[in-house]
Amino acid sequence: MDTNGRVGAVDPFIELDGVEKVFEVRRKTGFMRRERHRVRAVDSISFAVARGEMVGYIGPNGAGKSTTIKMLTGILTPSAGRLRVAGIEPSRERTRLAHRIGVVFGQRTTLWWDLPLIDSYRLMHRMYRIPDARYRENLDRLVELLELGSLLDVPVRQLSLGQRMRGDIVAALLHDPEVLYLDEPTIGLDVVSKAKVREFLRQLNAERATTVLLTTHDLQDIEQLCSRVMVIDHGRLVYDGALAGLHESGESERTLVVDLARELPPIDAPPPARVVRVEGPRQWLAFPASESAAGLVARIAAEYPLVDLSVREPDIEAVIAKMLHGDSHGKEVGRPVP
Amino acid sequence: MGSARLYLAVAVGGFRRYASYRAATAAGVFTNTVFGLILVYTYLALWEERPGLGGYDQAQAVTYVWLGQCLYATLAIQGGGAEKDLMDRIRTGEIAVDLYRPADLQLWWLAGDVGRALFQMVGRGVVPFLVGWLFFPMALPGEAGLWAAFAVTLLLAAVVSFAIRYLAALSVFWLMDGMGVSQVLMILGVFCSGMVLPLNAFPGAFGDVVRWLPWAAQIQVPADVLMGETAVPGAFAFQAGWAVVLLGLGRLVQSAATRRVVVQGG
Repeated sequence: MDTNGRVGAVDPFIELDGVEKVFEVRRKTGFMRRERHRVRAVDSISFAVARGEMVGYIGPNGAGKSTTIKMLTGILTPSAGRLRVAGIEPSRERTRLAHRIGVVFGQRTTLWWDLPLIDSYRLMHRMYRIPDARYRENLDRLVELLELGSLLDVPVRQLSLGQRMRGDIVAALLHDPEVLYLDEPTIGLDVVSKAKVREFLRQLNAERATTVLLTTHDLQDIEQLCSRVMVIDHGRLVYDGALAGLHESGESERTLVVDLARELPPIDAPPPARVVRVEGPRQWLAFPASESAAGLVARIAAEYPLVDLSVREPDIEAVIAKMLHGDSHGKEVGRPVP
Repeated sequence: MGSARLYLAVAVGGFRRYASYRAATAAGVFTNTVFGLILVYTYLALWEERPGLGGYDQAQAVTYVWLGQCLYATLAIQGGGAEKDLMDRIRTGEIAVDLYRPADLQLWWLAGDVGRALFQMVGRGVVPFLVGWLFFPMALPGEAGLWAAFAVTLLLAAVVSFAIRYLAALSVFWLMDGMGVSQVLMILGVFCSGMVLPLNAFPGAFGDVVRWLPWAAQIQVPADVLMGETAVPGAFAFQAGWAVVLLGLGRLVQSAATRRVVVQGG
């Protein structure tokens, strides 16, 4: 599959063509007086995702990500445009489609809070009418991969966030969905749990060719999982292409945090690296995300009394913010959006 | 068939959820027993002064009290069943998770609530009732037919109770918060179901109105069926009628509400 997602145009599994969602909101403007106004949550979005693709869908809060996902699951009807998932119009045949998709919301759970994990799975078994043999097989496989074997009889309320998240992923996959929508699957998780979830998703996509649409604020999720990323802002698709292109278009920067032996004047760094903050013996240097940190680190180590250092990745909000509000050439990188 | 198994599984889950809170259940048994004792002595004093009040003799009044204690949590007279969870889910936006499932929202919650009701009766309601039966003269029927009719009337009562609370919960789609509705629900539930005093004892036109409201289907009607004070077919018709009307109304409101859901909780 090529990184520009062009395959999507050939064999589209998810297909949006000029999809819009307009909400009518009534606002109280005085006693007994209400003013209607229209909010365009999704504004003429078109994209195609091929079977087996893993795509990151990102954007600031309120950009329209969740609205898009709700339309893809069929609980929301588009105001205009054409939308198909696996050849099905979601809002018309929501229930039929539900048997073919899986949804995981990082901040919500589909699991029964007061009951052991296994009870929720038994419910999925009935809800999706999974044949007994397939249910057993899927449950065994997923539980082993996500290391939940010892937790099946533990009430969900006693699980840690990471365990619950993995539990939710199992629940979403028991019926072998062809596409999985993930909304912030790693939010609030510790490093180990994040790694487990990512590794599992990579495997799922590679071995079972499950199509994955991933919404996240964590750039590393995208970096490690998705060859293609779509950025939405104010309801419009503003970028669709490889992640590397997003970095370039956003001119994103990483941060090198350096602890020196004592307080010193700002480090004389080779441009474009530069000191952005000094606090006692600690200094922060910004440098382009596309460049290696090795040269910069070597130079500082050679010339300064270096005690400790760490590199911080640009956070996705910052990258997008730069892209959206930075200079205009941002949109030219990656695949142009119609 | 397939969906019957699903809703059965949901009902079993509802039962097990409440079964997992043992301390709360024990506290509930104790509370209902104590309240039953207080009410029984109050009623006995009242019926001493006003023999035959509401058409009941003393043994029937006592039976009514213990039945009320048995059904108090079973029918969530004061609220606190499925509607509480549903209100929370609407308020927090979790309802979106319920909506994309291949299941019917109303049936799903009804099944869960019936499971809850069954546990509350077995786990919490039966003990106070047995205490009453052991220590006070009660007017219980001998024929199996009346007990069978009583079982049916209880199921219908559970459905009516759910249907009222489901409507109340859906209001949160518009109100954003369920506190006020819950309070109104509690007052109406306790008063209009006959939890405080049998509706039969309410005087005049006011009594007539209260006896025709859906809440009457909850304690008054089952009590009258059990004690042979009302014609069974009429009682069933009254309960089933309200169940159909309220569930139908619930479906209408539900479809209006789900079209709306989407605006909040991005």
